[in-house]
Amino acid sequence: MTGGLDQFLTLDLVPLLAGLIACVTCALLGSLLVLRRMSLMGDAISHSVLPGIVAAFMIAQTRDPFAMLIGAAIAGVLTAGLTTLVRSIGRVEPGAAMGTVFSVFFALGVLMLERAELGNIELDASCVLHGQIETLFWIRPEGAAWHAPESLATLPRQLLIQAIGLASAVLFVTLFYKELRIVSFDAQLATSQGLSASFVHGMLMVLVAIATVASFEAVGSILVIAMLIAPAAAARLLTDRFGTYILSSVALGATAALVGHFSAGALPSMLDLPAVNQAGAIATASGLLLAVAALLAPRHGVVPRILSRRAIATRVDDEDVLAALYRLSETGESAPKPEMLQTLMAPARLDSAIARLNAQRNLARNAESGLTLTEQGLEQARSVVRKHRLWETYLVDTAGLSPDHVHDTAEKLEHLRIQPASTSTQTDPHGRPIPDASGQKPTA
Amino acid sequence: MIHAGTIVDALLFRGGFNTSVVTAGTTLLGAAAGITGVFTLLRKRSLVADALSHATLPGIAIAFLIATSLGLSGRSLPVLLLGGGLSGVLGVLTIQWLRRHTRLQEDAAIGSVLGVFFGAGVVLLSVVQSRPGGNAAGIDNLIYGSTATMSPADAGLMLIMAIASVTVSIVLGKELVVSAFNEGFARTQGWPVGWIDLALMTLIVLITLAGLQAVGLIMVIALLIIPPATARFWTNRVRSMLPLSAVFGATAGYTGSAISASGADLPAGPIIVLVSGSLFVVSLLGAPRNGVIAVSIRRLRLRLRFACEHLLESSSEYERAYGAAPIPASLIDSVASARGWAFWMRPLAISALAHRGYTKPAASGAFELTDAGRARGARISRNHTLWAHYLTTHADIAPSHVDWAVDEVEHVLDAELIAQLERDLEESAQ
Repeated sequence: MTGGLDQFLTLDLVPLLAGLIACVTCALLGSLLVLRRMSLMGDAISHSVLPGIVAAFMIAQTRDPFAMLIGAAIAGVLTAGLTTLVRSIGRVEPGAAMGTVFSVFFALGVLMLERAELGNIELDASCVLHGQIETLFWIRPEGAAWHAPESLATLPRQLLIQAIGLASAVLFVTLFYKELRIVSFDAQLATSQGLSASFVHGMLMVLVAIATVASFEAVGSILVIAMLIAPAAAARLLTDRFGTYILSSVALGATAALVGHFSAGALPSMLDLPAVNQAGAIATASGLLLAVAALLAPRHGVVPRILSRRAIATRVDDEDVLAALYRLSETGESAPKPEMLQTLMAPARLDSAIARLNAQRNLARNAESGLTLTEQGLEQARSVVRKHRLWETYLVDTAGLSPDHVHDTAEKLEHLRIQPASTSTQTDPHGRPIPDASGQKPTA
Repeated sequence: MIHAGTIVDALLFRGGFNTSVVTAGTTLLGAAAGITGVFTLLRKRSLVADALSHATLPGIAIAFLIATSLGLSGRSLPVLLLGGGLSGVLGVLTIQWLRRHTRLQEDAAIGSVLGVFFGAGVVLLSVVQSRPGGNAAGIDNLIYGSTATMSPADAGLMLIMAIASVTVSIVLGKELVVSAFNEGFARTQGWPVGWIDLALMTLIVLITLAGLQAVGLIMVIALLIIPPATARFWTNRVRSMLPLSAVFGATAGYTGSAISASGADLPAGPIIVLVSGSLFVVSLLGAPRNGVIAVSIRRLRLRLRFACEHLLESSSEYERAYGAAPIPASLIDSVASARGWAFWMRPLAISALAHRGYTKPAASGAFELTDAGRARGARISRNHTLWAHYLTTHADIAPSHVDWAVDEVEHVLDAELIAQLERDLEESAQ
């Protein structure tokens, strides 16, 4: 057991924590980017921090995380500033302005990597892009307990950088929570209230740059995009409230980190397969979460929306059949054949509506005598027809439409759950009696 | 280091067969991407193209895995490009699905697809590398671009795709432009906008795939975006934007691969992008029509003209009130503060007026009006009155609000309108 714990602490703990912190930081800031429709600024910044990182590297001549942090923050702010400049002064379309700036920055970074005299320091473009989360080991001093101060001091410095990044992001969001909420939904209102939208915007850009570089050793700069956007996009589909949205985005980011970590290392080794890139696995996991949210989110998911649309369509069909039977019974046709309802809808839909109503015991089907409403069906039918005729009355009396134009509108409105207040009149604009709510036929 | 001689050799196609083929390939690719990029930019699909190129990675890796498991060479470029094309298209379709069927905005859809597909690609890439004998060197070239390892056959493939996309652009040019500018109009003309969009997407896919080998999947977007954005500074017409963009793209491809072929340790992809970026910066600053310098000079001239006219107008009104006295500096002060001049506008306006002969220096005070200046000032003053009259009588603006609007318009009245307003004013005076 101790051996297992030891192995976990040495090999797994730091990659797990690094992935988790990176995902939480990115998901927190990303939720603000997505809401402000600036997701692609995250894309641009995470590409264009490359020259900043390499420049810091060349100047400091070490792989000093703090130097790289500064270099990347400068590059990130430059990207945001230059994009705005190209867009406003050059009047280039926003997407193209962004693409121009970041692709040139990235090219510069790749070139600097190729040309730089980096000595024996290992830094190549692919580690910047894909991350090297698996190489973060925790080599503790011999004999010391893992929680002893001298052991904790040997934790990789990247974790400290990441923790600073996370702390500043959390601080930013808590301090400016109210401002962020207003700015995210209505920047002009915020400006008119004396809040500087551009200040909040600038701060967000700086923090995204810091988060990008703090995370780049863990998940790589390209995968930062996935972590910035995918959890937030999934959260966007799950909730409509600002606070819940930010928290769900963070929770989804953390979930992606855990799932990704597990499926990159532990799962393949259980199946006797080689381990795969953990950062990529985290990004893929966040994509799967987004896919699940897009399909199944209760309110905004595709499947629930299709189901609820279908439920409404069947209810409308059922009510139409009931109402038609009620109207026929008014004209003395007490047990019509199904063929008499054929003008209502396509035969297949009519058949299934009749079958459903029969199963619900709203009507009785008899091959000889035709369709008859049961007591329960009659009550429902009466309520639909009552709504229809009340709406017609409303549309003529209150909305001022002419009587020959109201039927089609009322045909739709009758399926709503609401209805206009009942009138003193007993008949609709066409002179037909409005059935009583209590079920009694109106006395003529 | 870079040798000038080898660059010249490469530029003149004297650097050997391979170098010449590669240079020709990237030049044509640059031109083709420039042309396709114009439509991409106009249709505002630039960043969809970025997502597409990132989304090729998982397909490339899967193609590699399938090819090697079938015992074929995983480095065959057509096989890798086929896989990349398929997953790139899948990525674009996912973006469209997310936009159409969920509440996500386009930017979130593009960003998620880009990041997640690339992440899946990285996972598959690590699978490729962990396989015995699996060496992802060929795939790495497609990420960062490498013309050095390009064979004449690869360059030929690139040429064919570039030619295909140019042909489609020329054949469908009109439809692509119209549906980019006014989708609704294109629909009312009965054009299948969906199919036209699909054609554009096909072009972008072809260019992306052709560009993978040269500049790599992360930077291929630069080929599509930068040349048209550069051309945009030189012209406002699509007809001239297309050839300009092609020329900028071709120049970048040509110069970039020539510099890279010079033997120095310079990868072609970044060089091509940086040459393209330099052309962009030069045009952003120096283009005669829409360049920043030209636009600032035009704006400065206009503001100077307004300042001069305001000063002349106030001076001539001052003269009418106090007789032909030299204009005191305090009047200039009050005009400057009323119009919110920057500190440098005052000396500029005074010297511009003197230069044009409207004023001459006076012994006391700041300056005196010349006859020409007096006449011009009176005319501006008259325009002001005319326009105020027009606004109150014709545009239903309350007299108390007129002055504000007049200040903006009085400088731009044309002669015909002035004549008409004068007739109006005389009629109403009678």
